[in-house]
Amino acid sequence: MRRVGIIGIGITEFGELWDSSFRKIGISAGLAAVEDANISAEHIDALYVGNMSAGRFIRQEHVGALIADYSGLAKGHIPATRVEAAGASGGLALRQGFLAVASGMNDIVVVGGAEKMTDVSDVESSLIQSSAADQEWETELGVTFAGLHSLIATRHMHEYGTTREQLADVAVKNHRHGSLNPKAQFRREISRDVVLKSPMVSSPLRMFDCAPSSDGAAAVVLCPFEMAGKHAEMPIEIVGSGQASDSLALHHRRDICTMDATRLAAKRAFKMAGLRQKDVSVAEVHDNFTISEILAIEDLGFFSKGEGGKATEDGRTALEGDVAVNSSGGLKARGDPIGATGVAQAVEIVTQLRGKADERQVKDASVGLTQNVGGTGATVVVHLFRREM
Amino acid sequence: MATAPRFWRENPSRYNMVGFKCNSCGRYNFPPRTICPVCRRKSVGRIEPVKLKGTGKIFSLTETHEGMDTQNVQKPYVVAMVELDEGAMVTGQVIDCDASELRIGTKVRIALRKLSEEGTAGVIHYGYKFTLVRDGPDGPGDE
Repeated sequence: MRRVGIIGIGITEFGELWDSSFRKIGISAGLAAVEDANISAEHIDALYVGNMSAGRFIRQEHVGALIADYSGLAKGHIPATRVEAAGASGGLALRQGFLAVASGMNDIVVVGGAEKMTDVSDVESSLIQSSAADQEWETELGVTFAGLHSLIATRHMHEYGTTREQLADVAVKNHRHGSLNPKAQFRREISRDVVLKSPMVSSPLRMFDCAPSSDGAAAVVLCPFEMAGKHAEMPIEIVGSGQASDSLALHHRRDICTMDATRLAAKRAFKMAGLRQKDVSVAEVHDNFTISEILAIEDLGFFSKGEGGKATEDGRTALEGDVAVNSSGGLKARGDPIGATGVAQAVEIVTQLRGKADERQVKDASVGLTQNVGGTGATVVVHLFRREM
Repeated sequence: MATAPRFWRENPSRYNMVGFKCNSCGRYNFPPRTICPVCRRKSVGRIEPVKLKGTGKIFSLTETHEGMDTQNVQKPYVVAMVELDEGAMVTGQVIDCDASELRIGTKVRIALRKLSEEGTAGVIHYGYKFTLVRDGPDGPGDE
């Protein structure tokens, strides 16, 4: 396998982008990444696009070819592939691009992720999100996507004594980080009290425990690491890539308080990279709900099972903590345009490792991690990134 | 709007809690599958359809206030993950009780109820929900 580097990144503002279409946001992230990499269209060998549900959000399928076309790549007839794994679509698109370059099949690959969620109503949006769960044996019986995460939260609180306040602390931290990110959907700090008094969605989770519906796109440019120095001042290497699956329905898992797919994807990525948890200084994890971040930091091995709530409360996951978790604001505050999220995580880690994160810069960041989840944990993709010393 | 067969083909399980027993490992599971997720190939030809008793205990629960199609549910409503007596786990609504009566470990049993309807003239979908198993003179449970 060849070593793979990231030589360009691009991201749109995340939020309710009513005046922008799906194709417009997809292209603007792609163009920014290509410009950052200082390459032009004829250099690009392949395109991967992470997208969960354009068919239901904007009634448009076949978005791989669409993005290639509007990016001006149709004349070159490059292979353009859409990748879908619900919330993990973006991370999985990155992994497909990584494999294409590592294998020697392609040299320069653009990986994008995009979702346009606000062209449908809030209820429709949450029904589409719940299609990541088991439609026949969960959703049809009346459980929502938030409801499934509430079942996890209730059980985690029961087994480990995780408190309602500790869940709130995840949202408070991520809003604080988001306030420092000019691309974030929510750039205002909130207090614990705001979370605890927000409307109930599905007990114990309230409105401020849930990531919003968002429009947005992100893109990265990959190439063989040995060529990366020609294109980028500071190329960042993807040193580990791990993917794992699990049962589609939450009730068929070995343990609903642990995402086994996170544990295994992380194990595979760390093994490939030859790194350990203590080497990681900055991590973007899939906080679609506050409880999800608690599970993530435990299952990635940063904290022991049951200690995630306490670690958050003690500030160990803040910018200046043991490991800075979701320096971008995470899904909660940066926003969660589903297919874009996994790629946006990589954009944040590259920004941090380049030392270009301004006010939210994590000191001496040299190794970063991303964890991207589909459904309630039926697909997980973990990547590890390193700056050349 | 989905066609009727989309729901109809699962009716034996939705109406009668038909799951399966794997005669390779002895585990019960719900809903039916072609092979046992634990034994895989060893279970071929050893999957026995079984009607589950429909009684069990709440493993986890939540009261949902937002996010569902309002046409089909009265909000708020309770959803639980239930561990059936045979060991299979299922998810469903808990009805005819107050959320404050329910805890992890509370005993429940299956009841056949309307799940949803597709508009005023469309197909009505039925399936299982759970009711509280009450002790004492009011019990047991459903009706």
